[in-house]
Amino acid sequence: MNIWDWEFAWRIMPLLLDAVVITVYATVLGFAFAAVFGLVLALMRRSHRPWISLPTVAFVEFVRSTPLLVQIYFLYFVLPEFGVLMPAIVAGILGLGLHFSTYCSEVYRAGLDGVPRGQWEAAVSLNMSRYRTYRDIVIPQAIPPVVPALGNYLVGMIKETPLLSSIAVVEVMQQAKIIGSETFRYIEPITLVGAFFLVVSLVAMMGIRRTEAWLRQKVLGSH
Amino acid sequence: MDLLRFLPLMLEGAWVTAQITALALLLALVMGFTAALMRLSRYRLLRGVATVYVEVFRGTSALVQLFWMFYVLPHFGVNIDPFMVGWVALGLNIGAYGAEVIRGAIQAVPKGQYEATIAVNMTRWQAMYRVIIPQAIPNMIPPWGNLSIELLKATSLVSLITIADLTFRARQLNDRTFETVEIFTLVLLMYLAMALVITAGMRLLEHYTSRGLGRGGI
Amino acid sequence: MLKTIENSAAVTQAADQNQSTPPMVRFDKVTKRFGDLVVLNALDLDVAPNERVAIIGPSGSGKSTLLRLLMTLETPNEGVIYVEGEPLNMMPRNGKLVPADERHIRRVRQRIGMVFQHFHLFPHMSALGNVIEAPIHVLGLSRQEAVTRGEELLEMVGLVDKRDQRPSQLSGGQQQRVAIARSLAMRPDIMLFDEVTSALDPELVGEVLSTIRRIGEEHNITMLIVTHEMGFAKEFADRVCFFDEGKICEQGPAKELLTNPQNPRTQRFLQAVLG
Ligand SMILES: Nc1ncnc2c1ncn2[C@@H]1O[C@H](COP(=O)(O)OP(=O)(O)OP(=O)(O)O)[C@@H](O)[C@H]1O
Ligand SMILES: [Mg+2]
Repeated sequence: MNIWDWEFAWRIMPLLLDAVVITVYATVLGFAFAAVFGLVLALMRRSHRPWISLPTVAFVEFVRSTPLLVQIYFLYFVLPEFGVLMPAIVAGILGLGLHFSTYCSEVYRAGLDGVPRGQWEAAVSLNMSRYRTYRDIVIPQAIPPVVPALGNYLVGMIKETPLLSSIAVVEVMQQAKIIGSETFRYIEPITLVGAFFLVVSLVAMMGIRRTEAWLRQKVLGSH
Repeated sequence: MDLLRFLPLMLEGAWVTAQITALALLLALVMGFTAALMRLSRYRLLRGVATVYVEVFRGTSALVQLFWMFYVLPHFGVNIDPFMVGWVALGLNIGAYGAEVIRGAIQAVPKGQYEATIAVNMTRWQAMYRVIIPQAIPNMIPPWGNLSIELLKATSLVSLITIADLTFRARQLNDRTFETVEIFTLVLLMYLAMALVITAGMRLLEHYTSRGLGRGGI
Repeated sequence: MLKTIENSAAVTQAADQNQSTPPMVRFDKVTKRFGDLVVLNALDLDVAPNERVAIIGPSGSGKSTLLRLLMTLETPNEGVIYVEGEPLNMMPRNGKLVPADERHIRRVRQRIGMVFQHFHLFPHMSALGNVIEAPIHVLGLSRQEAVTRGEELLEMVGLVDKRDQRPSQLSGGQQQRVAIARSLAMRPDIMLFDEVTSALDPELVGEVLSTIRRIGEEHNITMLIVTHEMGFAKEFADRVCFFDEGKICEQGPAKELLTNPQNPRTQRFLQAVLG
């Protein structure tokens, strides 16, 4: 048996590409959820009311300290006990979204905290309201550091989607395993999956670096 | 209480998780330091090899790496037992991230320190080993703390290559008893406890290493 | 936090407004602490309308804190601050003064503007953008009006040709002049200057000081100026207050106090500063 069979690799490509669609779909939905819910968590964490901020801190720390895989199992196996039935892919997307929302919330928090205190003080000296200060002064300045950090977690998330194979979602990793078990050739499918993630990461990282420089130039006018 | 019935198996699983975490962390430290120093080397070949290692292991998913070593290596006649595949794959993965942490911390040491080592005519190795790295270590500890937590979480993946870690036990018990809520809640709490132990350990280490540098500490 | 004050003098002060002209700014037994550190100790200070008061004193004596209290960037632990007879940090309710709410503070604060040592320009807006932001969104001017007025102000500080530049493209002195224009655009009755030339290279100090002089000539504005520029204080201010350890140690007409200080501590300070 030869080590690498190009002809076989070529033959399984369409199957893998079909599964890539599921991978991308889960990532896009999961990340949309994470980005929005992360913002909610960040604002709750900044609340001056301890009965809002403290449980939020606890939730974020708990979710960040425990494995995504177990969280996916939790959603997939435990929620039906309470009558919440959902397809595996939905449990997977929800798991990805919840897990990464805690990372996103930290990104937002760092972005907001990174705006110098003097900016808030200048806004006070101009008698601007809190809402106006957030909207016109703080948030625009928080965007250049936040966007690339979110981009990194987006790449992080796509690399975690193979975990959905553990609840039988046929994303690209699961497809590769199915091909492997049917043909007894694992090297081509799994290597191709790895190559797919590698290309996505490298391209995305380059894009993120460009975007970061562009945003900094655009928002702050610095070089 | 039913939970008590589960406990022995779960603790067994937790022990496996702890072992894999510890072994992988050691490997990650070795790989991280080696790759970081190689990336800072004068020799292009060393830099190139280290860069490929870092990019490949950061760019492909941890689970893909684990499956690759588990399913593909035997094709080449390399038969390692799954336990070793588990900690080696995770150690290599976290080591790639760790290399960037270490490189960053080393580069963050003020340039004047390098210049001072030249002024007293140290060799590059002496400078690294006696002056630069000792100053870089306190800056590495918080990010290594985060990486250790990421590693702990990632060890759950080894349950997918037949290793009976904590996550594996959870699924096993779940299939047997159907006391789903209790089992998974307990498992999550056990992971949380282990994460807290790691965090506490890192705090201590941070305290200890920053003492010598005139920062913080008693 | 401040408790309700039942001091009747304090309450009538608020109602006094129509009878005699009240001071533009009054600090009434204002105490500010950070933890155990008493930064201002039962401070009394009145500033008349259009008066220019220079505040000098050693580092850590509480000069910035005084201005920051008036700008509501800090809250007093005790005492009341009045703006033309109206309490700022407190508000009257049922014949008593209670801690002010956000609405009250924003209404009274409208009359005060501040220029900071480190400018604090908004880095993501052009010079003109900085100047028109608050007039549009706080005063409710139309964009047209705000721009017209903004350009006038930039003209006055000599920077109308830099209207589209970002702060990062301006020198320190230019940034500070934009900050002054930004503050003026809100038409304040009271302007606070906190060491506005201390962060500048020596050759840029002059342009900022002459901008302040020009405001003095063209506008009726009460000014509180924390500064280390003794020459400027002497020629520009009506009065100088020497601060030490959270108290006004000595005060008087600028020329008199700066040439002939009475208090030994003032003498020592001036000797050290003037060399
Ligand atoms: N937010 C704060 N928390 C704690 N202490 C503070 C705070 N702000 C000021 N202080 C302390 O209050 C004292 C007075 O500070 P302030 O800034 O008013 O002094 P200053 O007279 O303006 O001095 P400088 O000439 O150095 O600007 C200082 O000892 C300072 O350390
Ligand atoms: Mg000051």
